[in-house]
Amino acid sequence: MSATPPVLQDEDAEPRRQPDAEPGAHDSGLGVWLLRIATAVAVPAVIVSFFFTIEYLKDDSASKLLQVGLALVVGVGGVWVMYWGMDRLISTLPGNMPAALRPFAFVGPAMVLLGFYLVFPVINTILISLQDRRGEEFVGLDNYATIFSQSDYLISMRNSILWVLIVPAVAVVIGLVFATLADRLPPRAESVSKSLIFLPMAISFVAASVVWIFVYSFRAEGFGDQIGLLNALKVAFDLDPTLWLQQTPENNLYLMVILVWLQTGFAMVILSSAIKGVPGELLEAARIDGATEWQVFTRVIIPSVATTIVVVWTTIVITTWKVFDIVWVNTGGDFDTSVVAELMVTEFFRNKNNGVGGALAVVLFVAVVPILILNIRRFREEEALR
Amino acid sequence: MSTATATERDVEVELEAPDEENSFSLRRTPLYLAVTIICAVWTIPSLGLLINSFREARSVRASGWWTAFGSFFDSATWTLDNYSRVLEEGFGNAFANTVAVTIPSVVIPITVAAFAAYAFAWMDFPGRNLLFVTVIGLMVVPLQMSLIPILRIYTSLELNGSFPSVWLAHAGFGLPLAVYLLRNYMGSLPKEIMESAQVDGADHFATFTRLIIPLSVPALASFAIFQFLWVWNDYLVALVFLGIEPQSRVLTVELADLAGRGEGALTLLPAAAFVTMLLPLIVFFAMQRFFVRGLTAGSVKG
Repeated sequence: MSATPPVLQDEDAEPRRQPDAEPGAHDSGLGVWLLRIATAVAVPAVIVSFFFTIEYLKDDSASKLLQVGLALVVGVGGVWVMYWGMDRLISTLPGNMPAALRPFAFVGPAMVLLGFYLVFPVINTILISLQDRRGEEFVGLDNYATIFSQSDYLISMRNSILWVLIVPAVAVVIGLVFATLADRLPPRAESVSKSLIFLPMAISFVAASVVWIFVYSFRAEGFGDQIGLLNALKVAFDLDPTLWLQQTPENNLYLMVILVWLQTGFAMVILSSAIKGVPGELLEAARIDGATEWQVFTRVIIPSVATTIVVVWTTIVITTWKVFDIVWVNTGGDFDTSVVAELMVTEFFRNKNNGVGGALAVVLFVAVVPILILNIRRFREEEALR
Repeated sequence: MSTATATERDVEVELEAPDEENSFSLRRTPLYLAVTIICAVWTIPSLGLLINSFREARSVRASGWWTAFGSFFDSATWTLDNYSRVLEEGFGNAFANTVAVTIPSVVIPITVAAFAAYAFAWMDFPGRNLLFVTVIGLMVVPLQMSLIPILRIYTSLELNGSFPSVWLAHAGFGLPLAVYLLRNYMGSLPKEIMESAQVDGADHFATFTRLIIPLSVPALASFAIFQFLWVWNDYLVALVFLGIEPQSRVLTVELADLAGRGEGALTLLPAAAFVTMLLPLIVFFAMQRFFVRGLTAGSVKG
C-alpha cells in the first residue's frame, strides 16, 4: 500500500471532480468518524440479519421460491429503501453532519462487504497458513517448508507455471491471428465466424470439460469402438489409441487445450476491437510502400495493438493461474496434472488441512501482487491525465 | 504525400474494390480456408456433444457421434430421452437452485456497487482515494484466499449450505469489478448535468436515483451480464459454500458429479451439459453487444 499516500496528497492539492466540496465533508473529529463507521455498517447489518432470519426460518427446500422471492424484494426494493432511509436519517442531523456522513452512507455498505469477504480473509488466510492443520497452534513456516519440498506440491507449482506460460500465449496468438483474418471478411461472415470462436466464453469450465470428454475418450482394444474423436482418428489411420489424460507429462498440455479453447474468444473479441481502431491510412500507406500482408501484420498491426495485447494477456494469465475446475473435473489432479489452485481446494476441502491449504492460497495471492501493484500504478497515471 | 501517390492509391482502391465484394475470388481462398479451419476446430467439440445429447443411450456408448451422420434421416437415431432422464435425475432441481443462487447474486452487488460508485465519482470525502485504490487492488485477489476464513465463520454460525451465504459471497467477490466499472462510467458523465440537477435543488440521493442510474443503464447491463455468466457458471464457490447435498446442488456441481461417475453416466453427460448451458447461451446471444462491451471494459482488471 506504499503507493497510496501520494495519491491522497494529490487529491488534497487539487480535488478534481468536486471542486466545491461541501462544508463539513472533511471534518475529522473522533465522534464524526465513529458516526461515519456506524453509517457504513448499519445498512449491511440490517440486510444480512434479514437474510439470515429468512434462512433460519426456512424448514426445507419447499420454501426455496419464497426465499428467492424475498431475497429479490430485499435485494432490489429493500436495499434501496434502506439506503433511502439512511439518507433521510442523516439529513435530519444538525450542522455539517449530513455533509460529513452522507458519502459514507453511499460507499460504506460496499466497503463493509469487501472488508468481510476479501480484506479480512486475506489477513486471516496468511495467519492460517502459519498454523497447523486444524488452526490450533502456530507452526511458523512449516507449511511453506512442506509445499516447497514435497514433490506433490512442487509438481503442482511446476504445472501452474507451465499453464501460465503456455495458455495465455497460445490464446492471444490464435485470437490475434483470427481477429486479423476475420477483419478482412465480409461483415456477415465476420460476425458469424467470430461468434463461433467466442461461444465457449458463455459456458462453464465444468461443461467445457464435459465437451472435451468426447474428444479425449479412450477405449481399450476389444471394448468397443472409439467414441472419442481423437482416438477414432488415430484408429482410422491404423495407429494405437492413446489414453490422452494419463500420459505424463503431455496430459497437462491436453488439459491446457480446454482452457485455450475457452479463452481464445475473449482475446479475439478484445483484440478485434483494437485492430478496428488501427487507422486505415496507416495500413494502406504500408501497403503502398510495398509491405507484404505479413509485414503489415507484424510491423503495423501488432505494434498498434501492443497495449491491448498486454492487457488481454495479463487477464488470461490471472484466469489461468486460478484455474481449478478443469483439472478437478478431468483428472482430479491425478497423473501429475494438479495445479496450485486445485491442490489448495483438495488440501482444505478433502484432506481438511487448513494450514497447507492456506499456504497454497497465499502462494496464489503473492504471485498476483505485482499485477495488483501495476493496476494501481496504471490507475494513478490515468487519474493524473484526467 | 505527393499528388502522384494519392492518385496511384485511388487507382489501386478502385482495382481492389470489386475484389473485396466478390467474396469467392481465388486470391482470398487461403483466407477463407484458414478461417474455416479455425472455426471448425472450435465448433466440432460442441457439435459432437450436441449430437450425442439427442442420440439413443445405447448408440452413444457404442459409437462416436459422427456415425449419426450415416443415419441422419432415420428417426430412430434421434431421441429426447436423455433430456427427460437428466431432468428427472436432479438437474431440474439443480436448475431451480442455480436460478435461486444467481438472481440475488447479480442484483445485490449491482445495487451496492452503484451507490459506492456514485460516491467515488461525485462526492468528496476523506479517504476516497485510499478506498478506491483498495478496490482496484482487490480486483485481482484470488478468491481462494477467502475460502477457508469465510467457510470457518459460516460453519461456526451454521450458515453453511444456505442460499444467503452464497449470495453474499458472490456479492463480495463481484463488488470490486462492479465498483470499478460503474465508477469509471459514472465519472465520465458530463459534469454539467450534475450541476444542473443541483441547481434544480436535487440532493445527492435524488440526483443518483433520477439522473445517474437511468444514464448508467449500459454499464449496469454490462456488469449484470458479466456477473450473471460468472455466477451461473461458477463451480468453486457453490461447491464450498453450498455443498454437495443433493437438494442444494447447483448445475455445475450436479454436472461435475455426473462426470465423476465415469462410463456409466456417459450417455447422460451430453444432455446434462446442454441443460447447464441453455440459459447462458440464450443470454449470450440476446445480449452479445452488452457482454462484449462489459468484457472490453472489464479487461482492464488485469
